[in-house]
Amino acid sequence: MRIVLLVTTLALISGPVAAQSPAPPGALTCSGCHGAAGSELPSLRGKDAATITQALLAFRSGAREATLMNRITKGFSEDELAAIAVWIEAQKDVK
Amino acid sequence: MSLTDRRQILGGLAATATVLGAPYVSAQAQPHVIVIGGGFGGATCARFLHRAGIKVTLIEENATYTSCPFSNLVIHGSREISAQQFSYDALKSEGITIVAQRAQSVDGDARRVTLNDGTTLTYDRLILSPGIDMRFDALPGYDAASAELMPHAWKAGAQTVLLRRQLEAMEDGGLVVMSVPANPYRCPPGPYERASLIAHYLKTKKPKSKLIVLDAKDQFSKQKLFQEAWANLYPDHLEYVPLAAGGKTTEVIASDKTVVTEFSRYTAAVANIIPPQQAGKIAQLAGAADRTGWCPIDPMTFESKLRPNMHVIGDAAIMGAMPKSAFAANAQAKLCAQTVAQLLRGETPAEPKLVNTCYSLVAPDYGISVAGVYRPGNGVFVDIEGAGGTSPLTAPQDVRTREAAYSNAWFGIITAEVFG
Repeated sequence: MRIVLLVTTLALISGPVAAQSPAPPGALTCSGCHGAAGSELPSLRGKDAATITQALLAFRSGAREATLMNRITKGFSEDELAAIAVWIEAQKDVK
Repeated sequence: MSLTDRRQILGGLAATATVLGAPYVSAQAQPHVIVIGGGFGGATCARFLHRAGIKVTLIEENATYTSCPFSNLVIHGSREISAQQFSYDALKSEGITIVAQRAQSVDGDARRVTLNDGTTLTYDRLILSPGIDMRFDALPGYDAASAELMPHAWKAGAQTVLLRRQLEAMEDGGLVVMSVPANPYRCPPGPYERASLIAHYLKTKKPKSKLIVLDAKDQFSKQKLFQEAWANLYPDHLEYVPLAAGGKTTEVIASDKTVVTEFSRYTAAVANIIPPQQAGKIAQLAGAADRTGWCPIDPMTFESKLRPNMHVIGDAAIMGAMPKSAFAANAQAKLCAQTVAQLLRGETPAEPKLVNTCYSLVAPDYGISVAGVYRPGNGVFVDIEGAGGTSPLTAPQDVRTREAAYSNAWFGIITAEVFG
C-alpha cells in the first residue's frame, strides 16, 4: 500500500513526470482490451492497485476462472503483476 | 484544477521546451518524430508520442482507415464495410499533425522524408508502420489485374466488398476456392476464420455450394480448434487441403478462375487468392527491409537493424514469435512510443514484455482465441514458456459464445483507443 500511496502522491505533485515515467513491462498492452466502462470486457479505470493485483494473481493461480487472463498472467512474475496494477491505478486521471 | 488540465498546461510547456531548456537534451530544435502509416500501429504510435509531449507528424495518404479485423464478417454478409471504417478526426482534434500524402521516399542519412508533392520533412526518429503489400510477382498468374477477378481481400476495403459481392452473386451449388500462403503473412489465423465464415454463409444461404481451402502449409494457428469446429459445423461445406495433400497453389488463371496445385486444377465460381506478402513499399524504399521483404528490428527498441533512427512496428517487422496482428501492432506501437520518447530524452529503455491476444470467429456466435507473452531473445521476440496458448478444445458452447462476445468487445475498445 505504501508504494501505491507513493505513486499516487507523485502523480498529484508532478502529473507530467509521473505520466512520462515508463510503464512496467507488459502494462501498456492492457488498454488494448480494457477501455471505457460498459463493455463486455471489464474496465480497469478507477480500480485500485490492490484489487487489480488480487485479480491478476487469482487468474495466474487458476483460483479465478477466465477465458484468457489465465493464459496471459502466467507470463509474468508476482512482482511484475503488482507493478502493472500500481501503474494502472496511477493512470486513472491520465487520458 | 484536474490532473488532466495540469497535464495539458504542462504538456503545453513541454511543447516549448527548447525555450526552457528541459526536458529535451537535443541541441537543435524540439525533436521531431515522423510516423508513416496510419493503421493500428502508426495511428496508435502517433497518439502516444503526442501524449508524451513529443512533436509528431503522421503521414497517411488515406482520409479513412479500413480495418482488417472483423472484415471477414463483411465477407460473411453480416456486417457493413462502413463499420470497419475510421477517420483521423479525433487524432487531428487532439492536435496531431496529419499529412494526407504518400511518403514517396526516405533518405535515412539525411533523415528526410519526401512526399508525393515533392515537399520534404526531416525527422530525429522515424517510425515505419506501413503494413503489408501483396507480392504480385510471387504466384504465377496473380497480379494486380487478376486480383480484380480473384480478390485477395487481404487489405480491407474495395477488395473485401468485391469478394462479398461475388459470393452473393454466385448461384447455389457453386464452388468457392481459397488459396492460403506459406508463413509469414498478415494475421496467421485470418484465412481460417474467413474459411469458417464463408462456410457458414454457404451452409445457411447456399447449402448446395462448397468451399475448398488450399493451403501451402500443414500447420496453422489454432488448428485443432478450427478443425474441431469444422468437423462439427461444416462437414459438407468446407474441405481443407493441406500442403501434404497437394494444397500448395502453383499457378492461377484469372480469366476462368482456375487455381492450379501440384496435383489438381480447380475451376471456381468464386476464388479468393491470398498471395505471399512483404513489408509495405515505403519500408523497402527506406532500406529497412532485408531480402526476405520484411524488416529486421532490435526488440529492445524496435529500431531497424539496417537503418539507424528508423523504427519499424506492426506487420512489416520481423517480430519472431509475435504474430502479425492488429493487437500486436497496437501493443508494439504504445511501447515504441514510450521507447522513442525515452531515447530522445537520452534514457535507456528497460527490457520490455509484450502480449498478443487474437480472437477468431468460426461462426458468428462461436469464438476462439490464442494469446502469447513475449520477451526479447535471439534478436527477436520469443515466447515466454508456460504462458499463452489457445482456448481449450471440447469446451462447452457458452465458452465459445463468451469468446465471440469478447471478440466483439475487443474490436470496439481497440478501435476507440486508436481512432476514437
